[in-house]
Amino acid sequence: MILDGKAPTGPIENSWDKHRFDMKLVNPSNKRKYKILVVGTGLAGGAGAATLGELGYNVDAFCYQDSARRAHSIAAQGGINAAKAYPNDGDSIRRLFYDTIKGGDFRAREADVWRLSQVSNNIIDQCVAQGVPFARDYAGYLDNRSFGGAQVSRTFFARGQTGQQLLLGAYAALARQQKAGTVKLHPRTEMLDLVVVDGVAKGITVRNLITGEIESHWGDAVVLASGGYVNVFYLSTNAMGCSVTATWRAAKKGAFFANPCYTQIHPTCIPQHGDKQSKLTLMSESLRNDGRCWVPKKAEDCEKHPKDVPEEDRDYYLERKYPSFGNLAPRDIASRAAKEQCDDERGVGPGKRGVYLDFKTAIDRVGVDTIKERYGNLFEMYEKITDEDGYERPMRIYPAPHYAMGGLWVDYHLMSNIPGLFVAGEANFSVHGANRLGASALMQGLADGYFVLPYTVSNYLAGITPGAVKDDHPEFKRSVEEVQAQISKLLKINGKRTVGELHRELGKVMWEDVGMARSDASLNHALKRIPEIRDEFWNNVKITGEANELNQQLENAGRLADFLEFAEILTKDALHREESCGGHFRVEHQTDDGEAMRDDENFTYVAAWEFKGAGNEPELHKEPLRFENIKLAVRSYK
Amino acid sequence: MNLTLHVWRQKGPKAKGKLETYQATNVSEDESFLEMLDEVNEELIKAGKDPIAFDHDCREGICGMCSQVINGKPHGGQERTTVCQLHMRSFADGDEIFIEPWRAKAFPVQKDLIADRSTLETIMQAGGFTSCHTGGVPDGNALLVPKPVADYAMDAAECIGCGACVAGCPNSSAMLYTSAKVAQLAVLPQGKGEAKARVKSMTDALLDEGFGNCTNHYECQDACPKGINVKFIAKLNREYIKSLV
Amino acid sequence: MYLLTSSVGRKQLMAVTGLLLVGFITVHLLGNLSIFAGSEAINIYAEKLKSLGPVVWIFRLVMLVLFLVHITFGIQLTLENSAASPETYAIKQRTKTTFAAESMIYTGLIILAFLFYHLLHFTFHLVQTDAVDAVHTLVNGRPDVFSMVAKSFNSAFVSIVYIISMAALFLHLSHGLQSLVQTFGFNNGTSQDKVIGIGKLVAIFYGLAYIAIPLAFLFHIVKI
Repeated sequence: MILDGKAPTGPIENSWDKHRFDMKLVNPSNKRKYKILVVGTGLAGGAGAATLGELGYNVDAFCYQDSARRAHSIAAQGGINAAKAYPNDGDSIRRLFYDTIKGGDFRAREADVWRLSQVSNNIIDQCVAQGVPFARDYAGYLDNRSFGGAQVSRTFFARGQTGQQLLLGAYAALARQQKAGTVKLHPRTEMLDLVVVDGVAKGITVRNLITGEIESHWGDAVVLASGGYVNVFYLSTNAMGCSVTATWRAAKKGAFFANPCYTQIHPTCIPQHGDKQSKLTLMSESLRNDGRCWVPKKAEDCEKHPKDVPEEDRDYYLERKYPSFGNLAPRDIASRAAKEQCDDERGVGPGKRGVYLDFKTAIDRVGVDTIKERYGNLFEMYEKITDEDGYERPMRIYPAPHYAMGGLWVDYHLMSNIPGLFVAGEANFSVHGANRLGASALMQGLADGYFVLPYTVSNYLAGITPGAVKDDHPEFKRSVEEVQAQISKLLKINGKRTVGELHRELGKVMWEDVGMARSDASLNHALKRIPEIRDEFWNNVKITGEANELNQQLENAGRLADFLEFAEILTKDALHREESCGGHFRVEHQTDDGEAMRDDENFTYVAAWEFKGAGNEPELHKEPLRFENIKLAVRSYK
Repeated sequence: MNLTLHVWRQKGPKAKGKLETYQATNVSEDESFLEMLDEVNEELIKAGKDPIAFDHDCREGICGMCSQVINGKPHGGQERTTVCQLHMRSFADGDEIFIEPWRAKAFPVQKDLIADRSTLETIMQAGGFTSCHTGGVPDGNALLVPKPVADYAMDAAECIGCGACVAGCPNSSAMLYTSAKVAQLAVLPQGKGEAKARVKSMTDALLDEGFGNCTNHYECQDACPKGINVKFIAKLNREYIKSLV
Repeated sequence: MYLLTSSVGRKQLMAVTGLLLVGFITVHLLGNLSIFAGSEAINIYAEKLKSLGPVVWIFRLVMLVLFLVHITFGIQLTLENSAASPETYAIKQRTKTTFAAESMIYTGLIILAFLFYHLLHFTFHLVQTDAVDAVHTLVNGRPDVFSMVAKSFNSAFVSIVYIISMAALFLHLSHGLQSLVQTFGFNNGTSQDKVIGIGKLVAIFYGLAYIAIPLAFLFHIVKI
C-alpha cells in the first residue's frame, strides 16, 4: 500500500497557518463531552495532556512511573533548539528547517519539519512563561549555545538539565490541570493493549502496577507518547523502564511501525565498565562545544596516560576529517568516527572501546571556572561513574544507543493509520528522518504536545460522536482477557533464565549485529538469533511472584516479550534498506572514505511495517518522500 | 568484594515488614549500588524467591525515582549523589549495609523499598506552577531575568522530587521540596504575581498531606542529592511573611 | 485565624514569641547581674521593680501570654511532627542537626518546670522558706533580696536545680536563636553557618551568665 502523509500542498511557508485554519474546531461547550487518553507523560504526553485539558477536554493520562515528572525526557541535558535568531548569526525558521532535513539525511517529511521549525519559537516563549529558568546573560537576555549539525547558536539551555526543566514546566502545567479537574493522572499504570473497535482506536487496557489489576479505559481518541525503543539494545542511555510496549501493542493491533532501523547512537557516552552494567550514561553533546575528540595516532600509545602522549602523536580525528564542523559534526557521523578509530585498534581505556574528549585547550582559553560553569554537573557525573577527574585528564567517551528516530507511522496530523490513534514525541517517526540533531528531541516533544496535538486531535474529534463507544463494548472485555492470558502464560513458564539475562542476550545480538555498522551477514545472523532467544524466553524464562501484586519481574518480562518481537522488524527494516543514511549504516553502502552513501533513487520513502504475527513476514507499506523546498544533496560536513 | 545486606522486606502496604539478611558476593567496585542489588535479585529469582522490589528508572541521577535509606542516610549520604549514582567503590569488602525505604507517614511503604510519594504531587498541584495558558504568551526576551536571578531560580529548580529531604528530616517535613518550588517561582517575574497565594496553598497542602513541620534541623540539605540549600526555606519563610501583609 | 493553623504561621509565632522571651531573659539577666555589684545594688533594683506596680502586672500578663503561645505551639508542633514520622529507621544517621535541636521539647519542658519552681521560690516564697524568709528583713529600709538569694544558693541542691535548668536554657537557645533567624527568612546560604555559630556563642553567654549567680554563692565567691 502507498501511504499518504496528508501533508498540505502549496508554499511551505504558509502551510501550517493555512492548515490550521482549514481544520475543524470543537465548540467550547462540547469539549467536555469528549474523553482523550494520553499514554506517557514526558514532554509530548505531558504537554499534550495539559494543553488538551486546558482546552476543556477530559483527559486521562497514564505513566508507569510514580509521577509524571519522572518520564525520561527529564534526562535530556544539552538544550532545545529554536529559530529565534537572538544572536543575530543568520538563523531563521528556514535554516532550522534546512538543518533538520539535512541532519536527518533527507528521510523526513518536509511539511512536518517546517511546522516544527515554525513553532520552535513559541515553545521557548511558552517555557519562559512557565518559569523555566533558562540560562540568561547579566542583562537578563536568553543565552544560546551551539550544538552538533548547525553553524548557528540556536540552542537554549538550563545548565546541563534542560530536559528536566522543560519537563518540570510541562509537569507544572499538568499539575495545574489536575487541580482544575480536567486531567486525571494514573501513575504506576502501564498500557498493555490498544482497544480497536471497527478499525478505530477507542481505548486502552492497562495494568495497575501496584495492585496488578487489569483495567479498561475508553476514550474518543488515544494519544501515545510513550517514548523510544532503544532499550532493545539492552544497554542504552534510556531509563530502565523505557520500552516499546505501548507502541508495539498498538502495532499488534494494526498500527504501522515506520523506519524502525533508524536508531541513534550518541557519541558522547561514558564507556561500559563491565558485564554487570545495567545502563549507559550519556553526557551532553554540548561538551563537544569545548571538548576535542582524539585518539593516539599510534596503537602502542593507547595504554599510556593521555598526558604522556605528545601533541604531535594525537589524532584529532573529527577536526581532521570534518574541518568545517570539526568536533560539532552530527551525532551519527561523530559516533561512527569514534567506532572507526577503535576498530583501528586506537581506542583507549578498558577493552580499548573509548576515545578521549579533551578540555585542555578550552580550559587554557577560557579558564577552568568557565568550563565548570558550563558543564560542572557533567564533570561531576563523569567522576562519580568513572572515578576520574575530567578537568585533569581527558574524559573517555564511547557511543551508545540513545534515541529512536523510527516509531509508529503518523500522518501530518500525528494520527497513525488507525483512526483515533495519535502518536507524539519520540514514539512517532516523523521529523528526524534517519538522524536526529542534538537539541531537537525536546523541541519535537513540546511542539507535538503544546502546538500540534491540540489542533489535530480537535479536528478529529469534531468529526465523531463523543462517548459513542465505552468500556462496556465487548472489545474491551476481549482485550482484558488477552492481556490476562499473556500474563498467566508468562507466569506459568517457570523456567531457568531470568528476564535480565535474556534481555542482555538480545541486547548483545542487537548491538553487535544491528548496531552502528550493519551488513547483510550481520543482519541475517541477527534474524536467526532473535527467534531463538524469543523461543528460549517463552520456554525457559523464570518469573517469581504473582499477577495481582507489585511484580517488577512481570513488568520487565512483558516489555522484553515485546522487544523480542519488535527486534525482528527492526532488523528486517535494516536489511531491506539497501543504503546508508543517518543512523542506519550499511557497510555495503559507503563511499571510498567511509561516509554513508544514500540511494535516493530507490529509498526516498518511509518504510512502514505492518506486523503479521511473530515469525510471519511483516508487510511493507511505503510513503514516498518528496523534496520540493530543499534539493536532495549528499550530506557533507567537511 | 563481598557484602552483607540487611534489607527491609515488606510484602504489601498492610503487611508487617522486617529486615532480612542477604549476601552480595563478587561485587565489583565499578558497579553501581543498584547493579549490585540487580545481582542479588538475579540470585533470588533463580532460587525461586521474590526479588527485592525497589524504585529506579533513569539510573543517572535525574528522574528522582530511586529512594533508599542506606546505613541511615537517604541515598547513602554521599554528597550530591542519588542511590543510582552511588558506586560500590565507596564501600569496603566485608561491609554490612542496611537498606531501608523512605519512612514517613506521608510515604506509606507499598512493597519492600518502594514508598508511595503521591503526597508530593498534591503539594505541587496546590500551586507549584504559573497559571499561563498554552500560547498567547509574550516573547521569551520580553521579561528580562538577569543572570544572578536566573541562577538562583535554577539552583532551586534542580530539585528532582525524590523525597530524600522528607526521609532525612526528623519531622518528616517536605519543607525543602516545597520551598524549592516556591523560591524558584517567587524570584521570576513570571511567577511573582501568584507568589502570595502559592506559598500559602503549598505549605497548607504539606500539612494536609501528613508531613511534619520544619523546625530547622537542616538534615534535608544534607540528604538532598542535588544539594538544594535551606536558604530556600528561609526564602519561603520570607515569602510567607510577605503574604501576610 | 490562619496564622494559628498554618505550618509556617505557627513557626513564625514560635519565633516571635521566642524572640520576645529572649528579650525578657535579657532584661532579667541584667537585673540579676546587679547582684555582683553588691547587696545594695540588687536590693535597690528589686525595690524599684516593685514600685512600678501596675506596670509589673501588665508585664507579667504579657509574659504569661508569650509563654502560653510558645509552649502551646511548641507542644502542638512536636506532637504533629512525631505523628508525621511514626516509624524509625533501624539505623539512623544524622549529620546536620544537633542534640539541642532534637531535644527542644525536653529542654523547653525543663525550663517550664523550672519556671514554676522559680516563681514558687523567689516570687511566692513557698519553697526553701528558711532561706527566703530573709527577704522580710529590711536592710537600709529595703527588703533584703540579696540575702534571700545568697542563702538560697548556699544550698547545693537549689544551686544544682538552677544550674541544670540554665543548662537547658542554653541548649534551648543554642538551637532557638539561629532558628529564629532562619524562620524570619534572614539566611542567604553563605550566612547560615555564621548565624549558627553566633547563635551558639550567644546561647553560651546566656547560659554562663545565668549559671554564674548560683555558682558564685555556692563557691562563696560572693559572700553575704
